[in-house]
Amino acid sequence: MKAICWMGVEKMKVEDVPEPRILNPRDAIIRITSTCICGSDLHLYDGYIPTMEQGDILGHEFMGEVVEVGPGISREKLKAGDRVVIPFTIACGHCFFCEQQLWSCCDNTNPNAWIAENFFGYSPSGLFGYSHMTGGYAGGQAQYARVPCADIGPLKIPEGLTDEQVVFLSDIFPTGYMAAENCNIRPGDTIAIWGCGPVGQFAIRSAIMLGAGRVIAIDNVPERLRMAEQGGAETINYDEVDNVVQLLKDLTGNRGPDSCMDAVGLEASGHTLPFIVDRVKQGMRLSTERPNVLRQAILACRKGGTLSIPGVYGGFADKIPLGSLMNKGLTVKTGQTHMMRYMKPLLERIQRGEIDPTFVISHRLPIDQGPEAYKIFRDKQDHCTKVVLKPWEDGARAA
Amino acid sequence: MDQIREKHFSNPRLHPSNLSQSQSQSNQWQRWAPLAGAGALAVLAATRKSKTGVALALTGGLLAHYFTNGAGTPAKFHAQASFALNTTPDKAYRMWRNFENLPLFMRHLESVTVKGDRRSQWTAIGPLGRQVTWEAEIVDEKNDEWIIWRSLPGSDLSNTGSVEFHTAPGGRGTIVTAVMDYEPPAGAIGRAFATMLGKNPQFALREDLRRFKALLEAGEIPTIEGQPHGPRSTLVKAIHAVYPEKRKPTESTAREFVAAERRA
Ligand SMILES: NC(=O)c1ccc[n+]([C@@H]2O[C@H](COP(=O)([O-])OP(=O)(O)OC[C@H]3O[C@@H](n4cnc5c(N)ncnc54)[C@H](O)[C@@H]3O)[C@@H](O)[C@H]2O)c1
Ligand SMILES: [Zn+2]
Ligand SMILES: [Zn+2]
Repeated sequence: MKAICWMGVEKMKVEDVPEPRILNPRDAIIRITSTCICGSDLHLYDGYIPTMEQGDILGHEFMGEVVEVGPGISREKLKAGDRVVIPFTIACGHCFFCEQQLWSCCDNTNPNAWIAENFFGYSPSGLFGYSHMTGGYAGGQAQYARVPCADIGPLKIPEGLTDEQVVFLSDIFPTGYMAAENCNIRPGDTIAIWGCGPVGQFAIRSAIMLGAGRVIAIDNVPERLRMAEQGGAETINYDEVDNVVQLLKDLTGNRGPDSCMDAVGLEASGHTLPFIVDRVKQGMRLSTERPNVLRQAILACRKGGTLSIPGVYGGFADKIPLGSLMNKGLTVKTGQTHMMRYMKPLLERIQRGEIDPTFVISHRLPIDQGPEAYKIFRDKQDHCTKVVLKPWEDGARAA
Repeated sequence: MDQIREKHFSNPRLHPSNLSQSQSQSNQWQRWAPLAGAGALAVLAATRKSKTGVALALTGGLLAHYFTNGAGTPAKFHAQASFALNTTPDKAYRMWRNFENLPLFMRHLESVTVKGDRRSQWTAIGPLGRQVTWEAEIVDEKNDEWIIWRSLPGSDLSNTGSVEFHTAPGGRGTIVTAVMDYEPPAGAIGRAFATMLGKNPQFALREDLRRFKALLEAGEIPTIEGQPHGPRSTLVKAIHAVYPEKRKPTESTAREFVAAERRA
């Protein structure tokens, strides 16, 4: 089958690999009909997530049809022919963490938990296509994928919905929604969101659904800022201002946003001196992160406010203004998304027509063009906001 | 260090400072606490000295032996690890007590055959893939609480083990604590063993318990072995060759285990 493999930094390649098979009783095999490239994949593309191995199959935002189910799953739970969206976190459903719906903290799905323990103290759940530290599971930018614990994760999709309407339930819609929920929004709150990538876009719309009075979105990509405005946000182009933090203060009568969200993560851009230092250190692999958005978010947040961090970090960050965090009494909420908490309720919102997630898609390409698509998405070429790949379309034929 | 761990591993309900429970229970605890925690170490220390040492230890003199020898003296290959399980002590106990289940989650074991209520035949994969077998017996046990076993005298790889299950504070599942001690034979084989076990017996035991936990909670052990991938670099291939993952009988055996649990 075709699969996009990580062959090194900035080297993604479509390879012909064997088809996956059932390895554990609760596995299922999915024939993938749609699969996406995520901002998280860009951290792999750029080589900032450790423990990738050449040849690893990428991808964690996919959906398709069940073709085979392991003997540990009953037919009522899942059967061949079911059309499903697969969450990017793998959860066993029975551990202490799963029972508390902390799905992305599952204890039993990372075969390399000890590696993650060395990095993080404890291991989060296994993830598809996201380095060996989180399991080394072959991902879903392929024609087929093996889905472990398939009686827990996959969400069955009722008839009448297209792939494009539901495929983002695999990650970015729940991620944006949880990030907004993590803002502890009370009616009328002002929320500042750094990053108008796909996660930021869903976060903006979710914050408004959850009752925010005002959303201020920050980025420097014009079409993404436009999309943010269409979603109901006021926008700041950080290229056009010297000091985002001061501007946010000015816009909020010197009080500051009630919540600040970092939907950018470890590859934030910037112009400031600390940013340039970060860039050099990260380039020399002296540091894993460029946390300048996180710094701004901490400084900008009002006293007693909440910091929500859906943006991915992988290691250690320098010069975090802890004094500000502490003295203002901020609350910090973060994490990989607890997917299974949100998939069903958000599917219902889609069915009720409260949101049409297709707004974010800019590119629909056959899987053969995946490697170029990584570059286009990262460099925001061609007004790229989100790429959906079609694993069964002939690359030569498509435009 | 072991004493500190011992204290934390101990079941607080049964701890002498918490004697709200029935007298018999606390007696049991006082008698067996060191065994459950680091007793295997004592047994090993005893086997090293003489057979009478073992007899002495096993007939109740163990406690004295244990304390006079100092619990802090680490044996050559000593490992102790503990995990919180989202299940009840009796379920965890039952799974462990059928020693034939152990190879499901203990990487170095190929098979265990139960030969009677207390006796069992163990086969491990030793250095260079060589099979090593020994016979073991259960030294003592308490239903749903703990098991202590050891290899019979004359084994290739003389070893002892103990496992304890107790309800976690606040009723949040079960804490399992396992202690393993190995005494490799003399000679070249022994040295090869020493290299194998000596690398990190603590790590190996912790990973065994992690798999035990996964099997109990999730009904299977997470794996990526056998999944597809693209071409590997020479470096990655070399790393995989140095650390080969032993093929586990996950599919069939874990299925049987799950089915058996459902029937139970
Ligand atoms: N927590 C989770 O479970 C989860 C899930 C999915 C994605 N993520 C993470 O969320 C983050 C965003 O994902 P995405 O798919 O939207 O990625 P993306 O790369 O498309 O979007 C990031 C956006 O941030 C903007 N940006 C860069 N520097 C900035 C700065 N200094 N100020 C303001 N904006 C800046 C970029 O222009 C870009 O539009 C990534 O770190 C991704 O890994 C987390
Ligand atoms: Zn993602
Ligand atoms: Zn779990």
